[in-house]
Parts: sequence; structure tokens; C-alpha cells
Amino acid sequence: MEIVGKLQNQFMEFMRSLYREGFLDYQFLQLQKLQDESNPDFVVEVVSLFFEDSEKLLNNLAMALQQQVVDYKQVDAHVHQFKGSSSSIGAQRVKNACVAFKNFCEEKNLEGCVQCLQHAKHEYFLVKNKLETLFRLEQQILAAGGTVPVLS
Amino acid sequence: MGSLLRMNRLLSSIVDSCNCIIDPQLPADDLLMKYQYISDFFIALAYFSIPVELIYFVKKSAVFPYRWVLVQFGAFIVLCGATHLINLWTFNMHTRNVAIVMTTAKVLTALVSCITALMLVHIIPDLLSVKTRELFLKKKAAQLDREMGIIRTQEETGRHVRMLTHEIRSTLDRHTILKTTLVELGRTLALEECALWMPTRTGVELQLSYTLRHQNPVGLTVPIQLPVINQVFSTNRAVQISPNSPVAKLRPTGKYMPGEVVAVRVPLLHLSNFQINDWPELSTKRYALMVLMLPSDSARQWHVHELELVEVVADQVAVALSHAAILEESMRARDLLMEQNVALDLARREAEMAVRARNDFLAVMNHEMRTPMHAIIALSSLLQETDLTPEQRLMVETILKSSNLLATLINDVLDLSRLEDGSLQLDIVTFNLHALFGEVLNLIKPIASVKKLFVTLSLSADLPEYVIGDEQRLMQILINVVGNAVKFSKEGSVSISAFVAKSDSLRDPRAPEFFAVASENHFYLRVQVKDTGIGINPQDIPNLFSKFTQSQALASTNSGGTGLGLAISKRFVNLMEGHIWIESEGLGKGSTAIFIIKLDIPGRSNESKLPFVAKLPANHMQMTFQGLKVLVMDDNGVSRMVTKGLLTHLGCDVTTVGSRDECLRVVTQEHKVVFMDVSMPGIDCYEVAVLIHERFGKRHGRPLIVALTGNTDRVTKENCMRVGMDGVILKPVSVDKMRSVLSELLEHGVVLES
Repeated sequence: MEIVGKLQNQFMEFMRSLYREGFLDYQFLQLQKLQDESNPDFVVEVVSLFFEDSEKLLNNLAMALQQQVVDYKQVDAHVHQFKGSSSSIGAQRVKNACVAFKNFCEEKNLEGCVQCLQHAKHEYFLVKNKLETLFRLEQQILAAGGTVPVLS
Repeated sequence: MGSLLRMNRLLSSIVDSCNCIIDPQLPADDLLMKYQYISDFFIALAYFSIPVELIYFVKKSAVFPYRWVLVQFGAFIVLCGATHLINLWTFNMHTRNVAIVMTTAKVLTALVSCITALMLVHIIPDLLSVKTRELFLKKKAAQLDREMGIIRTQEETGRHVRMLTHEIRSTLDRHTILKTTLVELGRTLALEECALWMPTRTGVELQLSYTLRHQNPVGLTVPIQLPVINQVFSTNRAVQISPNSPVAKLRPTGKYMPGEVVAVRVPLLHLSNFQINDWPELSTKRYALMVLMLPSDSARQWHVHELELVEVVADQVAVALSHAAILEESMRARDLLMEQNVALDLARREAEMAVRARNDFLAVMNHEMRTPMHAIIALSSLLQETDLTPEQRLMVETILKSSNLLATLINDVLDLSRLEDGSLQLDIVTFNLHALFGEVLNLIKPIASVKKLFVTLSLSADLPEYVIGDEQRLMQILINVVGNAVKFSKEGSVSISAFVAKSDSLRDPRAPEFFAVASENHFYLRVQVKDTGIGINPQDIPNLFSKFTQSQALASTNSGGTGLGLAISKRFVNLMEGHIWIESEGLGKGSTAIFIIKLDIPGRSNESKLPFVAKLPANHMQMTFQGLKVLVMDDNGVSRMVTKGLLTHLGCDVTTVGSRDECLRVVTQEHKVVFMDVSMPGIDCYEVAVLIHERFGKRHGRPLIVALTGNTDRVTKENCMRVGMDGVILKPVSVDKMRSVLSELLEHGVVLES
């Protein structure tokens, strides 16, 4: 019981920090609300899909920017997708990075784009790390026999 | 001669032996004897050589039927020759043997010659007849040769005709037919020149239309009434004409002297001639003239078979020309039809475009115009409630009145368009009929009392209390009709009476074709609104229900209104399978408006189908949307999953698609709402909305389309409105937001979001 309680506190603290530091926003909360008995792993599924998608997008972006003649339309399309998916799950910082990226894209500023890609990648890996930690904590709580607390 | 000589010799020997008188003749006898000797010798020679010659020549010839005659003749001659030969020995003294031989020879000769003479009696007539037969056969052979010649030429002619016909009939082009005719005729008959004169449009002249040798016939014309032409036209045979006649003068320079000329008529069959009644007799006969000229230097004459050929060809040409004419006509008709089709198609497309433009316009009006209208009305009425100076109050009242009028105008016009479209459907509900009349009365009483008009309502006892029908529209009709009655009455009363129509009262004398049959499940409601107003001129009555028309009397009273009220009411009444009309005895004598509509009676078989719909409070919201079928279109996997989760959480049955094509494939009438992410770059989601509208129409029951977008700029919103979307939501969507959106959609069919 104690362990469960401790783990739960840890979990809550961690979540709050994520919100505070802007890694996640209100949308993530909505996602958590959608998880119910009929859909118990909803958040994990969505986030896993996000990870898969994002990795592909980042690769595509890297390749697109390495071309001799950069197709900015293509780059813009990828960024748009990335922005869409990150805002869907509430990955706020990633989303912001994408917004900046889009601007540079419109200006066809290659250097700016490359920088933004780096930044977006960095943010993505950060939030990925955080989310993975979050899920590990969840698993631990469940393994210890407790229930995952829900932030209000 | 021999015997004479012998006698002479006998005499001389007698004389010798007598030795007396005849002395002086002796020396001449030697010479004579010598001549005799020689002649006999030659005779014998000839006699021997003749048979030899005969044998030789007969052997040479193949046919000689009379060989045995020849043998006889040969024997006869040989024997004669032998006789003469033996005679040679008898000039001098000869022995007895020689005499015997001589005698034998003579006897044989006599025998054979007699037999031969007898035979010749038979043979010579035969030989003579052979000659005559030979002559006869020769004549016959000559005759057969001649006949063979004729048959051959006839066969040639037939072949030429067939070939010509084939050439002529192998084309359906008029010019080719005529040209081919001339060319082939020219070739077949080895003509110098061949020409065709066609009648002009006026019919008084013949114009040179085609020639064989001349490439460009100049427009030579001759009058049609020339005797030579009449002669040719009067018979269907080919007629030989003078080379000097005007139709034969085809070469401009006169030094050329043409050979024999023949002309034939070619009947021209016109379509107007094809009257079935007098098919074998062609009443109006137009002919063309074909002129054929032989070369002048060959001294050829026209043969009968050639003339026949020409006649046959002329006939064939006529047939071919008629076929060509028919074909031309049918092609012309087909072209005309195609043109008409194209024009019709264009007109249809233009009409469709116009309808679409009108619908688009209406869609815009529907939303864009009503919204500000409502804002004005709402705020003006709110303003009325505040403290105002009398002047301000007056101004606000005017604003309110004008905006109410405008709102009514908009509604009327929109309603009418939808009515005319046929897209209007009645909202069938169960409602309280008595209460409806009461409401109408309440609405009209204030206005009526201002005008000091009495309004009475009488409902018959057998009128059902609850009925099934379109409550709103019935109210609209009643308000319109009663409103008109009040509007056009300056004083007096307006009486409204409603009762169940019996079969006799169902008949409108002016609409005998309207048969209304009441049954167990429905009845016909008859409403009469009688007023003591200004009445209507009987002449104007037919126009009452036309759009926008108002008679002079009405217009002068400045009654306002669009003139659409009665038109709309009539449409509604028709939709309710009823009839509406107005009776008036004339100006100043008041008028009565009567309408009959069909209403269903609840409590029978209808009950299960139409549940009683209670009036819900305006802010009632559905909390769950269990089993509501929705479709989500989003190309972003994560976003799609989130939206799906959201809707599933609210209880919907969600289908997701990732592309435009998939969306169009999957969407059905069962999907109540389609959520469409319109921020997909490069994909025209708006087109999908248009296509969905086209597929399911604008009727009730079509899927509602809501746009999900990350940006709320004006352009996106305008685009959404333009394609007729039912709502726009900003992403990301919270659970509560989605819930309220779905609620509003299902209740109002539209999401009004700022």
C-alpha cells in the first residue's frame, strides 16, 4: 500500500512537472479523459502511434533538407503533419517548434529550416523520454496493485 | 476416122487388087495416115494420163466419196486409151492376133463405157446437189457469224451497263455519281464528249453542270423550252439530235465539227415527289439532259445497242441520284438534330448552373442574412425594454417593424424557392388542432381590435382535437389567410369557421377534377374565412395566387407585404393534398377564402410511426449519442485516432478514413455526421463536401458535414460556408466541446460558431 501511494505521488508530481514545464498541454488531459473501461489503453496507443509517425517524419524531413534542390512544399507538408500530430496529443513544445519551422519553410530559409529541424528533434526526444518515463511509472503502479491517478 | 481410113484402105486395096480406076489419091493417103497415127498416139497418151492424174489428186484429197465411180471411169478411159493404142498397129497390115486383141479391147471398152454412162445418170445429180448444199452451208455459217456478233455485242453492252451501274451506285455523293457516269460512259462508248445539263432552280433554263473533257464548265445555259429539248424529254428513249443544236454546242470555238450526237433525259426525283399515293406516277417531272457525242473523225454511227446502253444508264443514274438525295436529306436532318441536341444540352447546363447558383445564393442567404436579421430584431426588442425618450422609442419601434418585415420577406422568399424546388417536405407531427386555431385567434385579435373588427371562430363539433400534419405550415396558411382578411377589411367582422369536409362540400365548382376521399385514417379539414372587406374584382380572382401580383385596389392601400403570401399558402395547401380558393361577389362586397387540406387522424395505424413530439425547452441537450454513426476524415494518423477516441467516448459508432477517395467510397446515408479535417494541405476537402451534397442531396437525412480545422481565419470559414458545410470547429476539440457540437447538430442541423 505504501509503495502504491508513493508511486502514485511520484506519478502525480511528474505529471504536474510536465504540464508546468510545458511539455504537455491541456490536450493530453483530454486524451486521458477518453480512456475508460471500453478503451483502457487509449493513451498508450495514441502515444505509440505518435512516436512511430514522428520518427518517420523526422527522417523524411532530414532527407528532404539534404537534397541538392530542396522541395519546400514537401518539407512544409511533413512539418504540417508533425504539427498536427503533436498538437493532437498535446506535445506543446514540439508543436511550437513546428510552428517556427513552418515559418522558415514559407520563407524558404534553408539554414533556418535545418536549425528548426534540430530543435524539433530535440524537443521530440525530450517529450518521448518524459512520456516513456510516465508510462513506466504507470506500469509500476499497476504492477503494485494500485490504480493510476487522474489529474483534474 | 479410123474406120474411114480403113474403108479407104480397103477401097485402095480393092482398087489395087482391081488395078483399075482410083489412082490419083494414093500419095495423099500417106500424110493423112501419118496424122492419124500421131493423133491416136496422143489420144492414147492423154487417155492413160488422165486416170493417173485423177488417182494422184484423189489420193491427195482427203474426202472423195465416189472412189468406185472413179475406178469405173478410170477403167473406161484406160480401155479407150488401150483401144487407141492398139489402133496404132492396125494402120498397116496386121496379124490376126492383133485383130483379136483389138476386138477384145473394144468390147471391153464398150462394156465399161456403157456401165459408166449408166452410173453417171445417178451420180451427176448427186454431185450437183453437193454443190448446192455447200453453198447453203456457207450461207448459214455467215448468218450464224452475224448473229454471234450481235450476241457478243449485247453481252458486252450488258457488262458495261453492270459495271457502270456498279460504279454509279457505289457512291452516295451526287457529284461523284454524275461525274462517274460521264467518265464511264465516255470510256465504254469511246465518246468524244459527254455532258450533263441540269435544270436551274427556276426551272426555265438548263445549265451545263458537268462535262467529261472540259474541266470547268462555264455557266452555259439554254432555255428549257427548245423544241429539241422537248423532243428528248417527251420520250424515255435516247434520241439522236443535230450536232448544231444549242445543247450540243459545248465547245466555245466553232471550228470543231462534232460527230453524231445523242441526247437522253434523266429523270430527277425530288423528295417532294415521294407521295405514297401516286408512287408510280411522278406528278412533277423534272429532267436533266445528258448529251453524248461521238468523235467526228471516226465516222462512227450510233448503234442500237449503244442507244440502249445509254437509256439504261440514264435510268440508273436517276435511281442513284434519288438515293443520294434521300441520304443528303437524312444527313441534314441528323445534323439539325445534333445541333438541337447541343443547344438543348447547353440550355440544360445553363439551367442547372442557374439553379445551382440560386441554391448557393439561398444557402448563403439562409445563414448570412438571417443571422444579422435576428441580431437586429433581438437587440431592438431588448432596446425597447430599456428607458427611452419618446422619440427614441418611436425610432426603435420603426426599426423593429421594418426588420420584422424584412425577416418575413426573407423567410417568404426562401420558403417559396424551396417550395418550387420541390425540396420542401412537410414536417409531420401530431398536434392539437383546436389549440392551433386558438393561437391564430390570439395573434390576430390585437390587430383586429385596433381596426375595430370583430373576429369570431367556430369549430365544428366533429372536428378532432388531435391531428397529424404539418403544424407550422398550417399555422402559416391560417395566419396568411386570416391576416389578409383583416388587412383588407376596414370595418365589420372576420369569421373563421372550421369543420370536417363532407363529400359534397369537397367539391369546388371551379375545380371539378379535385376529388377528395375521406377514409378511416384521415379526413379533410375545411376552413372558411369570411370578411366584410373591400372584396375582389372577379377579374382579379385568377391572379390572386400568382406570385408578386397585386391588383390595383390592393396596391393603392399600401398594404405592404410581398404578394407572396397567397402563393406560398397555395403551395402548402397543395402539398397537403388540398385546394384553396377565394370567392367574392365583387368590389365592396367582402370575400371568403376557403381551403381544404388533408389531415391524418392519430390513434389508428399511424401511431407507431409518428411518436408524439413534445415541445422541448430550447436549451435541452442530448447527453449521449449512442450508436450515432459518424465518419471521420483526417490524413494525420494521430489526430484521427484522437478524434475517433473522442467520439467513441461519447458513444458514437465511428468510421475513420484517411483520404478523400476513401471518404467518398465509404460514406453512406447512414452516417449522420462527417467530420472533415480541412487543414490537409494540397487536398481539396471542400470538393468532398460538394460531392457528398451532390450524392445525397439537400434533403433531410443527408449526412451533416462539419469541418475540423486548426485555423479559424476568415478564408477557411468562408470556404466552409461556400460548400454548404454545416459547421466549423477549431481543433483541438475538448470532450465537452464535441458533446455540445453534436447536440447542436442533431437539434438544429447546423452549428453556429463564432
